[in-house]
Amino acid sequence: MTWAMMVGILSSGIRLATPYLYASVGETIGQMSGVLNLGVDGVMLMGAYVAFFVALRTGSLSLGLIAAAGIGAVFGLIMAFISVTLKAEQGISGIGLYLFGLGLSTFLFGVTIRNVQTIDGFPDLAIPGLSRIPVIGEIFFQHNILVYVAFALVPIAWFVLNKTPFGLKVRAVGQNPEAADSLGVNVGRVRYLTVTLGGMFSGIAGASLSIALLNTFQQNLTNGMGFIAVALVYFGGWRVSGVLLGALLFSTVNAIQLWLQVKGVSIPSDFLLMMPYIVTIIVLAAMAKRRVNAPAALNKRFERGES
Amino acid sequence: MNQRRLWDLLPRLTPVLAVLFALLVGAVMLALLGTNPWAAYRALFVGAFGSTNAIADTIVKATPLLFVGLGICIAFRGGVLNIGGEGQLVTGAIAATAVALAVPTWPGWLIIVLSLFAGTLAGGIWGGIAGFLKAHLNVNEILSTIMLNYIAVFGMNYLLRGSMMDPLQIKLGSFTPQTARLPRAADLPRLIPTRLHLGAAIAVLLAAAVYVLLWRTTIGFRIRTVGQNLRAAVAAGINTKRYMMLSLVLAGAFAGLGGAVEVLGLHHRMFTDGSAFGFTGSAGFNGIVAALFGQLHPIGTIPAAFLLGALLTGANKMQRVMQVPSALIGALSGLIVLLVVGSEIFRRRQMRRADKRNSELEDAVDAKENS
Repeated sequence: MTWAMMVGILSSGIRLATPYLYASVGETIGQMSGVLNLGVDGVMLMGAYVAFFVALRTGSLSLGLIAAAGIGAVFGLIMAFISVTLKAEQGISGIGLYLFGLGLSTFLFGVTIRNVQTIDGFPDLAIPGLSRIPVIGEIFFQHNILVYVAFALVPIAWFVLNKTPFGLKVRAVGQNPEAADSLGVNVGRVRYLTVTLGGMFSGIAGASLSIALLNTFQQNLTNGMGFIAVALVYFGGWRVSGVLLGALLFSTVNAIQLWLQVKGVSIPSDFLLMMPYIVTIIVLAAMAKRRVNAPAALNKRFERGES
Repeated sequence: MNQRRLWDLLPRLTPVLAVLFALLVGAVMLALLGTNPWAAYRALFVGAFGSTNAIADTIVKATPLLFVGLGICIAFRGGVLNIGGEGQLVTGAIAATAVALAVPTWPGWLIIVLSLFAGTLAGGIWGGIAGFLKAHLNVNEILSTIMLNYIAVFGMNYLLRGSMMDPLQIKLGSFTPQTARLPRAADLPRLIPTRLHLGAAIAVLLAAAVYVLLWRTTIGFRIRTVGQNLRAAVAAGINTKRYMMLSLVLAGAFAGLGGAVEVLGLHHRMFTDGSAFGFTGSAGFNGIVAALFGQLHPIGTIPAAFLLGALLTGANKMQRVMQVPSALIGALSGLIVLLVVGSEIFRRRQMRRADKRNSELEDAVDAKENS
């Protein structure tokens, strides 16, 4: 393997981490407040479709991005309503949301766009100065804006969760909603905010696929990426730093797998495609001991006056 | 008194209301996109019920939903959320196909029995992997079963593009990823001269068996206790790990059997379009919808699977005739899940009110007796 190939793989790894980062960081915020949203994949698909459709029809990528964020927030709101107000089983609701998003995006695509086509997505933006550093520059600083924002999101989310009053409320609600409630924190409102925010980021994650990375849309574009993004939250031990590591690990594995396929290595492509999913299971199994970090109230419904 | 009775019935009616509401949402979406919803739904209805063949197709479509749904009833009541139906269907189908192709000259009934058994076993193992991960490593079973779905599909693609590919395809040079046609002796007998096959009858019989299992055996009692109240189960000395594992193994076994039945009864070969949905038609997910719709009761899952099968069969006709993508029905089934699960709160409030009423009644009776 030449140096140039290595740089290419790492650069791809950075790029491919983008959708995972948006979706995972969003899901982390929701899970920190105690809500498990398994519908991320469906929301990503809706975001991807909406971004692509709007960008195609209006010629504006920014508008597509905003629309994707919007539809993501709407789906997040639906999930919040079902889990917080209706206090429904979060796991199944997430699957229902996934099926809804998957079906709706495929249906709308079939009715409005029909043929698979490509679009000119967000262009690469070389950061002046930094992008000219040999090797490092090519790996890190020659990507499109959505990639940069995704990485910037990590320290911002860390700051919000750990250094702001809102973040404190989020974490309190996730660990002990009864106590938080007795101290006057509006548990429901906090959860509505986090889950809607998480949905918005999942929508942006989808947009990053359809109008920045892959520059196309087709049915089931994400093919399970959203579920891996949820698993990455577990992998990261509910810390955004861990999520960043997990996302990078994943996307690099993906990039290597793509490269191996192109090279025509003798390992059958199907086994290479299996890698991310097998790795996810191994990681989840290994994380079993570390589950102490999970928000104590995760995936449990909160009812006032019920223990 | 009558008014209260109707109000009490409401929770039971939730699934039906959910479907009606979902269809309404679908109609609104169709109208907004310029399609006549009545025409579309008429095509849907005709596609599902319009002729003997249509009804047969509906039942055939419902069969794997019932198999998966029965497994889901066991799993969900056992407290394990099995989302691995797709992968378990596929593993079962592959195992059954492999067995049937391996012994083409044996008597038909024997091939059928062995293939169905192989499919059940394979699906049980696939579910068991997730069961082991949950019971002993505390891995979230929703995530593990979803991951296993993808692994199963890629494994299937590998086999169908390689060692299990139809020699005829290789000779013709078309390389379609499918196996040879199974020996005709292994075809499940037809119930009436349509596509309707024995699998449907097997599924219905098994539904009764699952009812007996869950409510008339100790094993079933333990499964349900683990699902309803983990702490109580532990306190009662139940080996919760074993029963969690058992629930997932059974769920996988039922789905695997469903996959085997699909191959022997309907397709008579194994094929793929690259994704799971090509072979399963999303029966893994729709089976979950059917079970939820049937209130997680094996007998209730029968009409639920039938109704869902009707929607799915009708959707294909709707797509052919009106160019409405069948994915609309997929979206609506997700909506139905949200509605059914979201309405739990009303059912719980109902029960609490009923309990409260009962205890107030008892107090009144006591007061009368003591006065």
